[in-house]
Amino acid sequence: MTTTSQRPVFLNLLKIKLPIAGFMSIVHRATGMFMFLALPILIYLLDQSLSGPAGFEAAHETLHGFFGVVFVFLIMWSLAHHLLAGIRYLLIDVDMGVEKEIAGKTALWVVVAGPILGLLLTGGVL
Amino acid sequence: MSRKASGLKAWAIQRLTAIYVGLFSLYLVLALLFSAPADYVAWKAWIGSPLVSVAMLLFIASVLMHAWIGVRDVLIDYLHPIAIRATVLGLVALSLVAMGLWAAQALILVRLV
Repeated sequence: MTTTSQRPVFLNLLKIKLPIAGFMSIVHRATGMFMFLALPILIYLLDQSLSGPAGFEAAHETLHGFFGVVFVFLIMWSLAHHLLAGIRYLLIDVDMGVEKEIAGKTALWVVVAGPILGLLLTGGVL
Repeated sequence: MSRKASGLKAWAIQRLTAIYVGLFSLYLVLALLFSAPADYVAWKAWIGSPLVSVAMLLFIASVLMHAWIGVRDVLIDYLHPIAIRATVLGLVALSLVAMGLWAAQALILVRLV
């Protein structure tokens, strides 16, 4: 125990070199929290769009405004990253892609694919 | 809820709900990409059809359970004073139930009118 207490503590988040899988994991958490915080907006839009033809048009207009487009992009990016990272975790659960080299590669793919899919899906659904 | 969703059970629920939420999200995105409802009548007909309606309700329940376990894990990592942790967790739980009822109400009402 004495050796443990004498270890230097270095927690400068800006200087720690985080492996790509660690970065992907933090983004997995952040995107999950973001989608949780966005739930009231999503349910509000669902409720409004189902309230009648006027509500449908209003929700449609909101989603095609500047903030609407940014919001849809952030949701699509979050969804893509969270889903891909989640599939990666499920595969690791069944012992697929556990090796350090492969795990690093798949983490990088997830991080890169997230914003690309986010852009493509935003363009596609709006 | 916290007792029922602790440990291994939470781990299993998180994965079960993840699979359903993932598959249904894929269906939703594909539907919006390739056959987006053009107006209110089409939107209502699609989301109000019996199968989609039940699948949506199950989706919402799954999202809320998944969110509860995920948000709980994150909050337990970052909120240490027990009073603050309990208060925030309680507010999260209440807001999740409220949002679930709100969404369910919208989905059920649209089938009645």
